[in-house]
Amino acid sequence: MSLVREDFREIIRLVAPGSRVLDVGCGEGELLEMLTREKQIDGQGLEISSAGVSACLARGLAVVQGDGDRDLDQFPSNAFDYAILSKTLQQMRDPRHVLSELLRIADQAVVSVPNFGHWRVRWALLARGRMPETKALPDPWWATANIHLCTLHDFIALCDDLDVRIEACAALSEGQPARSINPKHPIENWRAETALFLLSRRTLKDV
Amino acid sequence: MTKSVPAFPEIETKGGIWRFPADQPLRLDSGAEFAPLEMAYQTYGVLNDARSNAILVCHALTGDQHMASTHPVTGKPGWWNRVVGPGLPLDPDRYFIICANVLGGCMGSSGPASINPQTDEVYGLSFPMITIGDMARAQAMLIRALGIDTLFAVVGASMGGMQVLQWAADFPERVFSAVCIGAAPRHSAQNIAFHEVGRQAIMADPDWRGGAYVQAGVRPEKGLAVARMAAHITYLSETALQRKFGRELQSDGLSWGFNADFQVESYLRHQGASFVDRFDANSYLYITRALDYFDLASEHDGVLAKAFQRARDVRFCVLSFSSDWLYATSESRDIVRALNAAGCRASFAEIQTDKGHDAIFLEEPALDSALRGFMASAAERRGLK
Repeated sequence: MSLVREDFREIIRLVAPGSRVLDVGCGEGELLEMLTREKQIDGQGLEISSAGVSACLARGLAVVQGDGDRDLDQFPSNAFDYAILSKTLQQMRDPRHVLSELLRIADQAVVSVPNFGHWRVRWALLARGRMPETKALPDPWWATANIHLCTLHDFIALCDDLDVRIEACAALSEGQPARSINPKHPIENWRAETALFLLSRRTLKDV
Repeated sequence: MTKSVPAFPEIETKGGIWRFPADQPLRLDSGAEFAPLEMAYQTYGVLNDARSNAILVCHALTGDQHMASTHPVTGKPGWWNRVVGPGLPLDPDRYFIICANVLGGCMGSSGPASINPQTDEVYGLSFPMITIGDMARAQAMLIRALGIDTLFAVVGASMGGMQVLQWAADFPERVFSAVCIGAAPRHSAQNIAFHEVGRQAIMADPDWRGGAYVQAGVRPEKGLAVARMAAHITYLSETALQRKFGRELQSDGLSWGFNADFQVESYLRHQGASFVDRFDANSYLYITRALDYFDLASEHDGVLAKAFQRARDVRFCVLSFSSDWLYATSESRDIVRALNAAGCRASFAEIQTDKGHDAIFLEEPALDSALRGFMASAAERRGLK
């Protein structure tokens, strides 16, 4: 049985071989290492925790200790083919800015977000009147790091607003293979627990 | 008879002084030319046939080339025995590691304590003013003389880290990877201020004799010791100082006088007194001045990123220490920002420690593992076994 996180599996599938990849919030570098091994990418990590940075360095990865909220501006435009932000956009202070920064730095962004429109979330609110605690959102409201939650449709609206094109989308659930979906379909806003997007700039403006 | 076992095994080292002929002068940033240049160095390990495994280590302000072998003057172990040695991050079984006494130093390279062959007298203050750039240029001459085109790595901490940055800016095509530890891209007002205190202490010593103390057969030991004491405070964090000494006394009760009542006083006095045995006062003046003049961005229209524009193929590792207030983490972040802006491949980590700037030389496993990981992956890319 594979122990690889399903979102990692899907990201590895999406990334083109030999590309330059920035992983924002790269943790201990597992994804970058897999991408290096399987897709021969030229990777760069950004990680806030000292333990994560040390682990990345020990793995021989290029990593900068820093904060996705604050330190993306140091990267020049179009420096990467892909910028990856896995399951942390909703924890950013300014997700809108972060999203536009990702697509300034890289031609394409791979972003995954938990869907607050998932039926379990709606059920928790509707039936119990309580903040939901689900597999994708496991922490109680007073302990969660998620400060900017959104539904699938909210995210699509933000992409439209920022002139960001959705190239591909997959629904992710723990322990299940990624499922390619049309994120605009109303049913997916109920069904998808977490959605992984491949994004690009709609108009490729010269910098 | 008991024999003390050294904490680190003695490593085989070779070395000497490279004497450049007078017709190969060192071009200085001041516009002057210096000749004849002499560079004292030590090496550890063996240069491979491809000449691709050479590492230059750049030492700090009061360091020297005796990085991993017994110091000929003090008899103490090398200053980076913890990092350079078999099985350590800089492994002489794998790399050819060079450390040269810095230009302006007093351990064999040309400096104010050297003899000027034109006058057969000690240079003293007639030695030209030097910069960090001049130091790097002198090292580059030595590296070429040793038959090495491209260094596998340039590694340095503190002032050595500044030389690493200078190498990357001035000779990027001759550097495969660069490690800059606990350094800064410029000297701050506070850095300059502390150095000025040290210089004034030396120059206020009557035995300094306007810099001509060697001719007079004396040495400004008191002034140099005070300079070292002031500087040493900047190498330690407040936490480390408090933990080490607190308000502990040397003996029971106060002396009600100006003896070294407190352990911290005694420690600093010892630091000062032992320093003068191995360091030249004029060297201290020249090298601190070179540090004060250091501002890498100023050579590139005030934009630090421009300094690294030609260094896009160099693999960088920048490390700082959380409690270092001499060259704080924010300074290293400025370096990393500039590297990223220039499109360089850079790693950066802030090592969590309460030991201050001195952590460079102390037991710091996080530093070792970061350095080990970076060097190993760079070696793999370089195709080194």
